[in-house]
Amino acid sequence: MLRFIAWRLTLAVPTLVLVTMFVFSLQKLLPGDPVLTLAGEERDPQVLEYLRHKYHFDDPIPLQYLAWVGSAVRGDLGMSLKTDQPVLRLIAQKLPITIELAALSMLVALLIGIPTGIIAAVRRGEAADYAANIVALSGISIPHFWLGVLLILLFAVELHWLPASGFVPLAEDPPANLQSMILPSFVLGTGLAATLMRHTRSAMLAVLRSDYIRTARAKGLLPPAVILKHAFRNALVPIVTLSTLLFGELIGGAVLTEQVFNIPGFGKLIVDAVFNRDYAVVQGVVLCVAVAFILLNLLADVLYVLINPRMRAA
Amino acid sequence: MTAVTAEALASPAKSRRGRALGVFMSNRAAVAGGIIIAAFVLAALLAPLLAPYDPIKTNFLAIRKPPSVMYLLGTDELGRDILSRLLWGARASLMAGCISVAIAMSLGVPLGLIAGYFGGVLDAVISRVTEALLSCPFLVLAIALGAFLGPSLGNAMIAIGLSAMPIFARLTRGQVMAVRAEDYMEGARAIGLPDRWIILRYVLPNVLSPIIVQATLAIATAIIAEASLSFLGLGQQPPAASWGAMLNAAKNYLEQAPWMSLSPGIAIFLTVLGFNLLGDGLRDMLDPREF
Repeated sequence: MLRFIAWRLTLAVPTLVLVTMFVFSLQKLLPGDPVLTLAGEERDPQVLEYLRHKYHFDDPIPLQYLAWVGSAVRGDLGMSLKTDQPVLRLIAQKLPITIELAALSMLVALLIGIPTGIIAAVRRGEAADYAANIVALSGISIPHFWLGVLLILLFAVELHWLPASGFVPLAEDPPANLQSMILPSFVLGTGLAATLMRHTRSAMLAVLRSDYIRTARAKGLLPPAVILKHAFRNALVPIVTLSTLLFGELIGGAVLTEQVFNIPGFGKLIVDAVFNRDYAVVQGVVLCVAVAFILLNLLADVLYVLINPRMRAA
Repeated sequence: MTAVTAEALASPAKSRRGRALGVFMSNRAAVAGGIIIAAFVLAALLAPLLAPYDPIKTNFLAIRKPPSVMYLLGTDELGRDILSRLLWGARASLMAGCISVAIAMSLGVPLGLIAGYFGGVLDAVISRVTEALLSCPFLVLAIALGAFLGPSLGNAMIAIGLSAMPIFARLTRGQVMAVRAEDYMEGARAIGLPDRWIILRYVLPNVLSPIIVQATLAIATAIIAEASLSFLGLGQQPPAASWGAMLNAAKNYLEQAPWMSLSPGIAIFLTVLGFNLLGDGLRDMLDPREF
């Protein structure tokens, strides 16, 4: 087990190195002199020279990369041009908001996706299965930012039940915060629920066909016990590995959802940074997301081994 | 399961094709998907003939008019006819979907073939590179590339194509590894055929089915990705029309002109649904292991 974790960690190192190379090379895609971009309106040759030296632009590219990685490892992701704050501090400020949105959305996704996936598999070929499949397929096909727009139209513009947009921090007013998060987390959560439902159904169908389920039924165990205790526990293995896929959807979805509902989170930070040409922020956000993704992948692999006794024995 | 007829037994290749087509045609959802896609492709191709107005010509006398006989789907904030923009926008959205998947396939499939066939160091390097690309969520990667390359429909397509590439590389690699151990491969190697020939003649045709299924589903994802990037302002640039860009403009007029948000969203939904239905149907037909 420990050897497996060590091996998995070793494999993650080259991936991490490649990711840093990729994020670093993003700035090389910029046309023209990066110092002029960094300097904004400033054109004083002395300032430009200072910046060129500070950001190692006068060094060969491999040295520039090493300097950049070195700073990133120490937590220095550069300064935001727009707000003049360290990028890491900006990310730390915005991250809790997105984590709250992600957690609530995940809750919605789990509550909808897993039960419907189980029901669809157990009732395969029946009306419930067809209905669940149609809803899931629609859930995958609908652009969720548009669903957000539709829900705003219905619940905020027409019915005046919920706020159209705007965010209240959790620490300031928890009930108002939850109210402002209902629509966004529903929009993001239902998108994930569709993927989750399809995978749960698939995994459950594979397990329900196996011999030990037939044995369990033959033993006279009641279907709910068979389904939950025997089938679902085993179907959970592929569902857990899906978490990495869901993470990608969650982050991508959060970027759009935050934009639609005007929530000042991580996603809004990167979009605003793009339009403000605040490249250090874009790079910082991409790097953080990628590192989180690699770590999550690692965690999913370890969990996979932990919940699957056959793998543990191996 | 279709009955095996005498004719089918006489010609196995024809029967296989006929059976596959039979499976496809009996899948009503997949046929519906095909019809939806065909309708949108036709609308996109015939946009110059079908569009009642110029899609980019502004008309300040007809700003934000609700749907009427004159403007079937209403007009937008600059008085442009929404139906005309929708028809022209179909070109941008479908083109973005297809071209970005073509980019992803033309990079991913060869890399997967090389990694799966040769194995060893080449496989290790390609696998790490695809893993690194995969570790950045689709939309974040596309936004980052769009930000640094500059916002345009072309760059959005490159960004979407690059971020979808690893999926094709991984899928192809896995399939190649499965067929590598087959007897016919051993035979081909034993008679001394060059690797390039074996890959193109024996490996590629045998791994193509799941790649086609994935490509159909990837077009659906790519259309949503283009719409998302255009919605954020990083795709199609004004005044040209694309469904995502139309939704981007519409979000500022939710209360005054809700019709501006409806038709582009429905168009995206239907097209993506069409590709998803078709992809699921093709998977049932070509790759029966899935449920």
